[in-house]
Amino acid sequence: MSAGQLPRWVDYGLIPLLNLAAAFLVSGLVVLLIGENPLEAVEILLWGSLGFGEGVGFTLFYATNFIFTGLAVAVAFHAGLFNIGGEGQAYVGGLGVALACLALDQYVPWWVTMPVAVIGAALMGAAWAFIPAWLQAKRGSHVVITTIMFNFIASSLMVYLLVNVMAKPGSMQPETRTFEEGGRLPFLNDLQSWFDFGTAPVNLSLIIALIACVLVWVVIWRTRLGYEIRSFGANATAAVYAGMLPVRIIIVTMLISGGLSGMMALNEIMGSQHRLLIEFVAGYGFVGIAVALMGRAHPVGIVLAAILFGMLYQGGAELSFEKPAITRDMIVVIQGLVILFAGALENLFRPALVRIFTPSRVPAVQAG
Amino acid sequence: MTETAAIELRGVNKSFGAVHANKDIDLLVKKGTIHGIIGENGAGKSTLMSILYGFYQADSGSIHVDGVEVKISDSRQAIGLGIGMVHQHFMLVESFTVLENVILGAEGGARLADGTQRAREELYRLEQDYELKVDPDAIVGELAVGLQQRVEILKALFRGAEILILDEPTGVLTPSEADHLFKILNVLKDQGKTVLLITHKLREIMAITDEVSVMRRGEMVATRKTADTSMSELAELMVGRSVLLEVEKTPAQPKQTVLDVQNLRVTDSRGVRVVKDVSLQVKAGEIVGIAGVSGNGQSELLETLAGIRKADHGIITLAGNTLDLTKVSPDPAEIRGMGLGHVPEDRHRMGLINSFSEYENAILGYHQSEQYSNGWLLDRSAIKQEARDAIEKYDIRPPNPDLKTANFSGGNQQKIVLAREIERDPEVLLVGQPTRGVDIGAIEFIHKRLIELRDQGKGILLVSVELDEIRSLADRIIVMFDGAIVGEREPGADETELGLLMAGVEGERA
Repeated sequence: MSAGQLPRWVDYGLIPLLNLAAAFLVSGLVVLLIGENPLEAVEILLWGSLGFGEGVGFTLFYATNFIFTGLAVAVAFHAGLFNIGGEGQAYVGGLGVALACLALDQYVPWWVTMPVAVIGAALMGAAWAFIPAWLQAKRGSHVVITTIMFNFIASSLMVYLLVNVMAKPGSMQPETRTFEEGGRLPFLNDLQSWFDFGTAPVNLSLIIALIACVLVWVVIWRTRLGYEIRSFGANATAAVYAGMLPVRIIIVTMLISGGLSGMMALNEIMGSQHRLLIEFVAGYGFVGIAVALMGRAHPVGIVLAAILFGMLYQGGAELSFEKPAITRDMIVVIQGLVILFAGALENLFRPALVRIFTPSRVPAVQAG
Repeated sequence: MTETAAIELRGVNKSFGAVHANKDIDLLVKKGTIHGIIGENGAGKSTLMSILYGFYQADSGSIHVDGVEVKISDSRQAIGLGIGMVHQHFMLVESFTVLENVILGAEGGARLADGTQRAREELYRLEQDYELKVDPDAIVGELAVGLQQRVEILKALFRGAEILILDEPTGVLTPSEADHLFKILNVLKDQGKTVLLITHKLREIMAITDEVSVMRRGEMVATRKTADTSMSELAELMVGRSVLLEVEKTPAQPKQTVLDVQNLRVTDSRGVRVVKDVSLQVKAGEIVGIAGVSGNGQSELLETLAGIRKADHGIITLAGNTLDLTKVSPDPAEIRGMGLGHVPEDRHRMGLINSFSEYENAILGYHQSEQYSNGWLLDRSAIKQEARDAIEKYDIRPPNPDLKTANFSGGNQQKIVLAREIERDPEVLLVGQPTRGVDIGAIEFIHKRLIELRDQGKGILLVSVELDEIRSLADRIIVMFDGAIVGEREPGADETELGLLMAGVEGERA
């Protein structure tokens, strides 16, 4: 546990910032290589994501997706599980949202549909995580492998449903009919008047996401269940010694994780698209892994990381619009670099920082 | 100069946080000798050797090899200087053959076959020179522990080691394997190699070393020629007082049986029967000690009684509840609920979650208890209050329940575990290695606390590899060998007799 030895502000502040700086440095070099000015690119990226109301709105809209998928990954992390299946769980979660909306939108107002849709999303997402969880708990099939495979299964299942079962009659589009008013979450622009988000689809899901953050924090750090989850993740042998049941912890944790992933569909389906359509998850599930890593699996960190990735998505779109030489694919490269440095290379700077900040506080476990 | 120093350390210091693990260590090891370093657990022996082998860097001081000052910042450099190390826990790839393990990291060239051919010849030579016989094509995982250790020695020699460090090499060996090891070490010495033997066993020092250095609480307190010293002098130097720890206690007054184990049989994950038909009783108000060389089923016995391990067969009666383990597999929570406390042998692996704060660890295993819940939430103020009480009562330092347990010293960590298990007022307490890696002050405290618990009329089952600890604490001693109980003795029994029993040399059954 070298992680426990750093001051908190280093672990939660400095390391993410350093990772981010490294990612931007390399991105800057890439921008230079294709003959554009990196500083100008940064300026456009910042302005595009935070410079005006609509930009902020889009940033927050994307951030909402990342909060849900980031939380999902984080909860599993605390139990030592690596849920790579956010993509599939969110996709199937969309089915839960769509079924609720399609069933109710013509009869009741949105605020009646909403709780049903929330439950539907969480249930479907959790159900999709259940089989990998059960296989891990009972059979030891590694959850990383099974959740990845379930992403593909989800993808095929949804194509089948959207083409053969749920498509609008007479339409060739693999999507459902558009929901009526009763199946649409209100845009934040319609709920308040002191900030103008323009035409950005940021909606009530953002508030639900923030509530989910608080709930996750409470569950993980303040309840017996969270205590068991963290114990199991930190030291499975000690958890067994303490009488905790690994099977139960693995399954419950994965259900919560899958449920959170599924709720991402609220934002896209009920909040923005107002219909269930193909491939709406578009990688948000995978990026959630980077969000969780960067946010140190803590809700506050996840919100911040989610906003950062929201900025990259929105600012990146502006950037490729302003600078045709920087294509959309370039933006994906930059996002990829951030994920690489924040996620995969998360420990790149840690050993050096440990040496700087804890010169003589190396774990003394071996002493003797 | 006829005798040169193979290794010389001057003024080496190393601290881990507040723990000063090595204080101004001077050490001179002469070439071609077997030099023992003896000290209790936690005296700083392993830290010192880790500095020599490049795992840790000394905070200050210098290292000289063959008279030349060197900097050793990783094990590769140590190997380059001719230092080889045989770790307490072997660094072997179990699924590889002996040969593959020996060349690991020294394969030499891209084509494996070249390296293996050369290694095979070299191994043959080593085998001839040092009487280190191991089949080079055997799978390491299938070899006996003593042979695995031989592979470790071969590994070091293959890399050209002139100085061999052995860290507690006999902890895992049977007595005959240990004898054989000593033979090998003597051959190595005769061939001009230098051997550094780290141990806390006096007998080994006396049997094999030429010189011995004694460490106590991070300091090098003395160096003696083995021929000029005695066990009692070394023991005195190690402990720093003239009498060995004697625990003050009155004779036990055993009452009713609180733990009754009948014909317990346990098989481990490899399918080896590790507990063989063990039957024993623990009465209220007595401490039953289980003595034995580590690895003879004591650990598995404790874990099975605590509900962590499944049994094949056996009936236990615990504070009036009878469980047929053949039919039911109770979990640890259930067993705890019947009045059993369990201080596990390995507090880092099992007893504590090192990344958790002290107060969080103070409820491990009892977190479901109603007194810690506040509706849906954990009642953190109640937990912390209790943790603070325990900190005061057990003199746990530093007295900060928010501190991560990883930052407490071994003795204080053990007190955290003890406080947790004892303060729940169990009828039976299982205690494994209560003072392993614990400083002397804490040892005394822990022993006293266990006696107090006994005098309150609780039953205690104590497992320890320290025979002295068993002898001073227990009211009855049961000896385990190879998974079975081979005898029962009074605590006053002759040490040699107990030693023979532990070694599997059967005396008459008691």
